[in-house]
Amino acid sequence: MSSDPWIWVGALLTLMIFSFLYKDNPFYKFGEHLFVGVANGYYIVFYWHNSLRPNLFEPLGAGEFIYLVPLLLGLMYFTRFIPKVSWLVRIPIGFMIGWGAGLSIPALFQAEVLRQLEGTVVAPSSFTNPMSGIWSLIILVGVICTLIYFFFSKEHKGILGHTSRIGIIFIMIGFGASFGYTVMARVSLLIGRIQFLLGPWLGLID
Amino acid sequence: MKRKIPLGICLIMGIMMIIQFFIPHPVSLGFASTIYKWVIVLMAFALVLAIGNLIRHHTLKIRKRKEDWPYSIVTLFGMTAMAVIGLIWGVDPDSLYQRIFLNILAPLGGTMFALLAYYMASAAYRAFRARSLEATLLLISAFIVMIGFMPFGQYVHTRFPAFAEWVMQVPNMASQRGILLGVAFGSIATALKIILGIERSWLGGKE
Repeated sequence: MSSDPWIWVGALLTLMIFSFLYKDNPFYKFGEHLFVGVANGYYIVFYWHNSLRPNLFEPLGAGEFIYLVPLLLGLMYFTRFIPKVSWLVRIPIGFMIGWGAGLSIPALFQAEVLRQLEGTVVAPSSFTNPMSGIWSLIILVGVICTLIYFFFSKEHKGILGHTSRIGIIFIMIGFGASFGYTVMARVSLLIGRIQFLLGPWLGLID
Repeated sequence: MKRKIPLGICLIMGIMMIIQFFIPHPVSLGFASTIYKWVIVLMAFALVLAIGNLIRHHTLKIRKRKEDWPYSIVTLFGMTAMAVIGLIWGVDPDSLYQRIFLNILAPLGGTMFALLAYYMASAAYRAFRARSLEATLLLISAFIVMIGFMPFGQYVHTRFPAFAEWVMQVPNMASQRGILLGVAFGSIATALKIILGIERSWLGGKE
């Protein structure tokens, strides 16, 4: 059994959270509330050291007064507590939303649309290995049918009905696979916690 | 004015960010980098606002002695302690802040998500019924991936893990790509609507 107090803290907190499997209880609530508090404290420090200090206070200290603009914009967030000027909170929000929307259009087009289409296109070179060529064809059919399934401007009848039916088959296989993959990711986290309890804490496994 | 100024700022920022992407000139790249720093600062201020709300919520709960109020003390204490430790003693790899992260935050977070394994399994047990062809396909592909990705899959059949990998790489990839393309087009359309001021729900309120 470990003699390191930190290992004991980690193990006891792990058990507190696992106690929820029995039912909601004070130990779980303690762990849950501690998690929320410590996580917020972590982000306060993280944002201070990685955002505010290097990107605002250090440049301002060095005489770069252009950084008064983000300071002013940031302070505008707090105007929401002053009813007469509460509309000013829309200015930093508008700035952030405009930035995000403007940046996302070309980025999405490049990363999601063009790259995905590039990966879907079947060229003669796809058949260098006949099997991978067939898989590429299946992917092409799957992508087209999935897109058709989500095309609601025309009633799904006739050829559109058949293709959207194939589309839903691909979608269901995809949902199932994604679900299975997510479960496996959670199970690997569970294994990690059990290994921690049995290894570093209890010393039953190496 | 209360709506037009924010809408104008949103329009200008949106157009500027699109332009800077297509003109990779040192001036536009410098502009993008400066704006990015400003955005990081604004995110930090938004966090300050969120932390303020959290403190307000828990302080009110304690003051009014609402149900489970003693746990609010735990939250406020955890937050203050972590913040003070990190701000005063720093965040070096061997600092107290990192020790708390590794021995308190990481186990709590890891266990919270590990707990989901039980609930996902129990929800799947209750919800997964092979009532139709679609439901059966979902069920089968989930089982193939789950069994194929664990060592047990090797004992079912030597090629079972490779088959699970194929399910992920071919039919799953096809549907994910279709969905991704749809999401991308939808997001682009929404972003355009926001920049052009057609979508204004972010302004909130009537005035």
